[in-house]
Amino acid sequence: MKITFPRMGNTHIPIKALLQGLKLEVIPPLPISKKTMELGVKYSPEYACLPLKINMGNFIETLDQGADTILMAGGWGPCRFGYYAQVERDILKDLGYQFDIVILEAPDSRLSELFKQIKKLGKNVSLFEVCKAIKFAWYKLNTVEQLEKKLEYILARVADKNAAEKVYNNGLDAIDKAGCYEEVAFALRSTLNKMEKLPHHNRILLKIGLVGEIYTILEPAANYNIVNYLGRLDGEVIRSIYTTDWINDHLLGGKIKKSNHQHIINCAKPYLNYWVGGHGQESVGSTVDFAQRNYHGVIQIGPMTCMPEIVAQSVLGKVSDEYGIPCMTMYFDEHAGTGGIYTRLEAFMDMLQRRVMEHNKHKFDLVAGRN
Amino acid sequence: MKRVGIPHGLFYYYYYPLWKTFFNSLGAEVVTSPATNRLIVDAGIQKAVDETCLPIKVYFGHVFQLCQQNLDYIFIPRLVSIEAKSYICPKFMGVPDMIKATIPGLPPVIDIVIDLSKTDKLLKKDIFQLGRLFTRDNKAIRNAYKKGLQEYYFCRALAGQGYTMSEAIQVWEGTSQDITGEYDLNLGLLGHGYSLYDENISMNIVNKVRAMGCRVHLPETCDRKSIEAEAATIPKRVFWTLGRKMVGSALHMDKRKDIDGMIYVACFGCGPDSLIGEIIERKIKNKPFMLITIDEHTGEGGLVTRLEAFCDMLRRRRASSENNISSHG
Ligand code: SF4
Ligand code: SF4
Repeated sequence: MKITFPRMGNTHIPIKALLQGLKLEVIPPLPISKKTMELGVKYSPEYACLPLKINMGNFIETLDQGADTILMAGGWGPCRFGYYAQVERDILKDLGYQFDIVILEAPDSRLSELFKQIKKLGKNVSLFEVCKAIKFAWYKLNTVEQLEKKLEYILARVADKNAAEKVYNNGLDAIDKAGCYEEVAFALRSTLNKMEKLPHHNRILLKIGLVGEIYTILEPAANYNIVNYLGRLDGEVIRSIYTTDWINDHLLGGKIKKSNHQHIINCAKPYLNYWVGGHGQESVGSTVDFAQRNYHGVIQIGPMTCMPEIVAQSVLGKVSDEYGIPCMTMYFDEHAGTGGIYTRLEAFMDMLQRRVMEHNKHKFDLVAGRN
Repeated sequence: MKRVGIPHGLFYYYYYPLWKTFFNSLGAEVVTSPATNRLIVDAGIQKAVDETCLPIKVYFGHVFQLCQQNLDYIFIPRLVSIEAKSYICPKFMGVPDMIKATIPGLPPVIDIVIDLSKTDKLLKKDIFQLGRLFTRDNKAIRNAYKKGLQEYYFCRALAGQGYTMSEAIQVWEGTSQDITGEYDLNLGLLGHGYSLYDENISMNIVNKVRAMGCRVHLPETCDRKSIEAEAATIPKRVFWTLGRKMVGSALHMDKRKDIDGMIYVACFGCGPDSLIGEIIERKIKNKPFMLITIDEHTGEGGLVTRLEAFCDMLRRRRASSENNISSHG
C-alpha cells in the first residue's frame, strides 16, 4: 500500500509522520504548483469551491507517482466539504485510476471513533505503536505551528524579509526530516534562534486579524501567500485558525489545552446567532474579538462561493461599523490574478497606516497641549 | 388584526400554504410581496453581498419590498433542517442574521429556528412559542398547525398533477392555471423550487419548454418513495434535502420509459448545486441531460436557443430510435 493525502498548509509534515509511524509507505502530496492547480481545475466541477480543485490536483499528481490509497476526511454537512471525497473518488475512477480511498468520517468530538479508524489504517501495528505515532505527529504539528507563529510575528518586524522566510523554510524542512523528538526540538530551537537574531526596522507595525475558511487560511497556494505578503508590508498577522486549536476544539472536545472557542462563538452571537457550517460563525466571532483587542484591521478570506463565509461577510459590515474596525473580504479562485489581489492588500494597508498616523498625531497634539 | 409579512422567496415555494393557513387561523392577516419582478431583483442585488447566489439576493429584495408595508411582524424563519440528518444550505441557517445586518427599518422579525435534524420536539416548542404571539390558547395553536399541514398536503397533491409549486399555490389561492397544451415530448425539469418555479429567476423556463411542446415532469410529480429509493442507491447519503431530492428524481427519471430527457437548472454561486449537478451528470446513463446554470446576467436569447436545440435533439433521437425499431421489427 502506498498512501497519499491532500495538502493543506504544513499539515503534511505531521500527517506524514503519523502515517510513517503506522508503518505505511507514504507518498506525500507535492507542494501545490501551477501544474497542480491546472490539473485540479481541469478535472473538477467548474463551480466547485477551490479546495476541492486543489485536492484533485494533489491526488492526480500522487496517483501518477504510484500512490494506490487516498486518505481523506469526510463529514455530514451542511457544507460541501462533507461530500468532497465522494465527488473526488467518482471523478478519479472515471479517469481510470485504480485506488482505494479511506474516508475518515470523524463525527464531531468522538475521538474514540477516530482513533479506531487510524488504528485500522496501520499495518500490523500494536496499540502502543499507534499511540506513539499519534504523539509524535502531534509534537511535530505543535513545533511547526510555533514556527508559523514566529514567522507571522517576526516577518512584520525584520528589515530583511527574504532572510526571515528563508530561515523559516529551512526550519520547516528540518522538522519534516527529523526522525525523533530530539531532532525536532533541535530544529525548532535553532530556527527560532536564527529568527530572533534578525535585525528589526523601526517603521509602523500593523496588527491584522486574518479570519475565514480553514483551508484558505492554512494553505498559501489557496490564498496567494497572503500571510507573507502582509508581513512584507509590515503587517503582523494573527489567524483565527490554528490547526492545533482546531483539533483541540473539534476532535478532542477542548480537553488537551485551554480553548477560547466558546468565547469566540459568544462574540459572534449578536451578529450571527447560529452555526452555519464551515467557519462562518468563527469568522464573525474572531473579528469581534480582534476588534476588542484593538487590532488595526481584519481581513476575511475564503474560496469564491464559500457559503459560510458569505453568510459571515453579510454581517461583518455591521461589526465593522459598530466597532470601528476596518474589514476587507477577499475571495479566491483559480482565475484571480496576483496583481489585483496585491493592489487591494496594499491599498488596505496604506489606509490602516494613515489611520494609525492620524490617531498618533491626535495623541501627540494632546500631549503638546495644542488643538 | 396583526399583520404578518411573508417574503415571496426561498421556501415560500414549498411552505406558503402551511404558514399562511397557520397565521390566518390564529386571526392574523398575511401579507406577501408580489411575485419577483425587476424592482425586487434590483433591490436584492443592491442589499445583499455580491458573492451570494441569486435566490438569496431575490429574497433580500422581497424583504425590502415588504418593509414598505405596515407590518406587525415579518416572518423570516431560520430553516436549518426539515428532516432527520439533513440540512438545506448554510445560507438558510444564516438568513435572518444576514437580513438583520443589512436591511434597516425591519418590523419585528419572527426568526424561529426550524431544525428537525435530530428531533421534532424542538419544532413543537417553537410552534407554540410562535402561536403565542397571537393567542394564549394552546389548542387553537395546535389546530392552526394541523390545518396548515392539511393545506400544505393539498397543495403538494396539486403539484403532483403537473403544476409547479408556484402554480399550485396560485390554484390554491383561487386563480385557475391552465397547463394543458400540445405536448409531444416528456421532459424532466429539476432544480430548487425557489429558482425553478420563480418565473423571474428561471426566466420562465417551465413555460418556455411547455411552449416548445414539452410536458414537464418535476420532482413533485414523481413518486416520493421512488425518489428516496433511488437516492439511497448512491454510496453516501446526500445531506442536503433538496440535493437528495434532485439526485433521486434524476435517477428515477433516468429509468422511466416515458421520459425523453432531463434538464437541471442550477444557480450560479450555489454551493450544493456545484456538486449535485456533477453527481447527476455522472450517474445518468440512459437519457440526454443538460445542465443550465443561471444568474442575473443570463441572457434570455441564449437560453431559448439552448432549450430549442435540446428539444430538437430529443425529437431526432426519438425518431431515429423509432426507425430502428420498425426496421428491425
Ligand atoms: S466551507 Fe467553503 S470552501 Fe469549505 S466546503 Fe464549504 S463552501 Fe467549500
Ligand atoms: S442551496 Fe444554493 S441556491 Fe439555495 S440558498 Fe443555498 S447556495 Fe443559494
